[in-house]
Amino acid sequence: MQFGFLLEQVVNGLVLGGYYLLISLGLSLIFSVGGIVNLAHGAFYALGAYGCVEITKYLGFGPAVVLSPIAVALLGILFERFILRRFYTADPILSLLVTFGLAMVAEQAIRIVWGAAPLSASIPPAFRGSVFLGDFLFSRYRLLILAVVAAVLLGVWLLLHKTSFGCVVRAGIQKPDMVAALGIRLQPYMTSIVMLGVGMAALGGAFFAPITIVHPAMGAEIITVAFVVVVIGGLGSFWGVVIAALLVGVVRGITIHFAPAAGEASIYVLMFLVLLVRPRGLLGERIEKFE
Amino acid sequence: MIRYSRRAVLKASAAFAGASTFAIPSIVHGESDRIRVGHLTPLTGFLGALGTYATLGMKLAVEEINQAGGIMGRQLDVMSEDSVNPATAATKAQRMLEQDGATVLLGEINSASALTVMQVAARNKKLFMQTGARSDALRGKNCNKYTFHTDIPNTVMVNAVGQSLLRDNMVKDKKFYTLTADYIFGHDLLAAAKRFFGANQGNLIGDELIATDVTDFSPYLLKIRQAKPDVVCSNLAGNQVTTLIKQYSEFGLPYPIVGFNLNTADAWAAGDGNLSGTWPTVWYHTLDVPASKAFVAGFLKKYGKPPENHAWIEYVAFKMMAQAMTDTKSTDTDKLIAYFEKETEFDILKARKAHFRAWDHQLMQEAYPFTVRPKGQANDQWDFIALGTAVPKAGEPLEQLAPTQEQNPCSL
Repeated sequence: MQFGFLLEQVVNGLVLGGYYLLISLGLSLIFSVGGIVNLAHGAFYALGAYGCVEITKYLGFGPAVVLSPIAVALLGILFERFILRRFYTADPILSLLVTFGLAMVAEQAIRIVWGAAPLSASIPPAFRGSVFLGDFLFSRYRLLILAVVAAVLLGVWLLLHKTSFGCVVRAGIQKPDMVAALGIRLQPYMTSIVMLGVGMAALGGAFFAPITIVHPAMGAEIITVAFVVVVIGGLGSFWGVVIAALLVGVVRGITIHFAPAAGEASIYVLMFLVLLVRPRGLLGERIEKFE
Repeated sequence: MIRYSRRAVLKASAAFAGASTFAIPSIVHGESDRIRVGHLTPLTGFLGALGTYATLGMKLAVEEINQAGGIMGRQLDVMSEDSVNPATAATKAQRMLEQDGATVLLGEINSASALTVMQVAARNKKLFMQTGARSDALRGKNCNKYTFHTDIPNTVMVNAVGQSLLRDNMVKDKKFYTLTADYIFGHDLLAAAKRFFGANQGNLIGDELIATDVTDFSPYLLKIRQAKPDVVCSNLAGNQVTTLIKQYSEFGLPYPIVGFNLNTADAWAAGDGNLSGTWPTVWYHTLDVPASKAFVAGFLKKYGKPPENHAWIEYVAFKMMAQAMTDTKSTDTDKLIAYFEKETEFDILKARKAHFRAWDHQLMQEAYPFTVRPKGQANDQWDFIALGTAVPKAGEPLEQLAPTQEQNPCSL
């Protein structure tokens, strides 16, 4: 019986990891290609959630989870074109400062527009309640999230590994100079990567709006975990981020099962241990420009 | 790449710090005919939404007081800031008293921050009207002569809900599983809950301490399912409660849920159809009392939304302070303390008047258990709470639910 409950925590952790993945994957891509630590990533997650709540009022939840991330992805174009682009070759501290500042501006802007009180959002009735598979309990809604994450993951993997677009992006991570020498401008690719990255974060926000609190600081709350995932997974590696996200979800679940007080600390201990053994993260590649 | 020398950065920051320090006192000196009040409340973090309501209530009260001619002809001048965390709250409180000329401190919601501000007030021998923090320890073993507590303490919240649970036969021989906010307030509330379970043969079979920044409760919900309790009980704080309510409803666990703490702003955020069970509140905007209705109407007119309980508490706390200053014709700390300790009665927009108990400085007042209206019966998005009858009942002493002198280790 004890084993069954533990397995339940593992599966639940995997689902939670899938949600971390939506936020971390974009963060990792933007860092790997552009060399920018996007501290404003959480802001796009928050905007995705707020957009979802607003659109749900008029069109219902279904269109909202599609339209809100698209809107945020379009905002990502402006973000890349007018802000990030100036910092690709600058001292990393400058891009850290500007994205950190932007995160604060975004949080305050949300506070001004929507107020400090959390917005209310509910799960659509069709996905309420839980499903029993044998002795396992699953939240019906989290199963939906899991399916969406799997689909997004497949899409991103195909995009990066089976298209010419992905080929250039992956080359750009490792050898930006060589890509430039071949006459390919990386900037349009970077715009697409930022769109994709912040769009995924917004998708995470939109799907989590009904089960978490939609409030101005929600971006700041998620960004730390997202960073831990990126660091554990290692830069430049698609599967590294995937494994790290799932691992973080599972380790947290299991720790809460046995030693609840250590639950939130466990992911940092995990990061510490991974870095001790593999300083570049689990599957991190050696990237010359960051060495 | 641009590089700044360390010297240039230091110079710039020193200049900035200097400018901000020197700029403020010049304003202070010009306004000494005003009564300055330092107001601190959390505007960010897990209590930020509540603090924002508190600030709105404060502004309305100050506006009304000043429009009516101020206090002894002097206008109230309130400095209001985000208290952020216990350490920052104490630093800001000290600065407000020492540099900015505050005569009185007022505010707080976070019990840990309230505790540090209480210490600053005592050190400076200035009055602190503690509005929204509910930990028993603040008016118990940590109590001091300079602090008066406006909100209902944890023990009262437990007893208010407890009476409903006892009536519904939900305590004796029932298995409880609690979720508790992991800081002074939660620990304190859990202690009060344990006393209640112990006195009424309730059985506490599990408790989880939950950090205030946790956004995913699913592992805890699975543990609850494993424990198969009869009742799940929330000792959480601020927007933690919202998260719990949403995710509890998401997982659809079959056990009834109740709670010993919930602020209405956090209940409103839970979304339609997610909240259930019995909870306590200190005030609600549908309360059928003329003075309360007038306040709600004024608040609605000014802000376009109804006040929640922290807006109410800041409003009545400012009004009580103004009344004390007007009646004593003084802003002197000792005179104000003596005035409150006389157990002077105050109209706090409830059916019965309230007074501060002399020996622990706790405001004695009515509280209310509430349940949730069935889906579809609410008039608007703020109306899904059905307020129960006030406790203690009319005719019973107001002190009935509060800790007795034997239970409360406070000595002023």
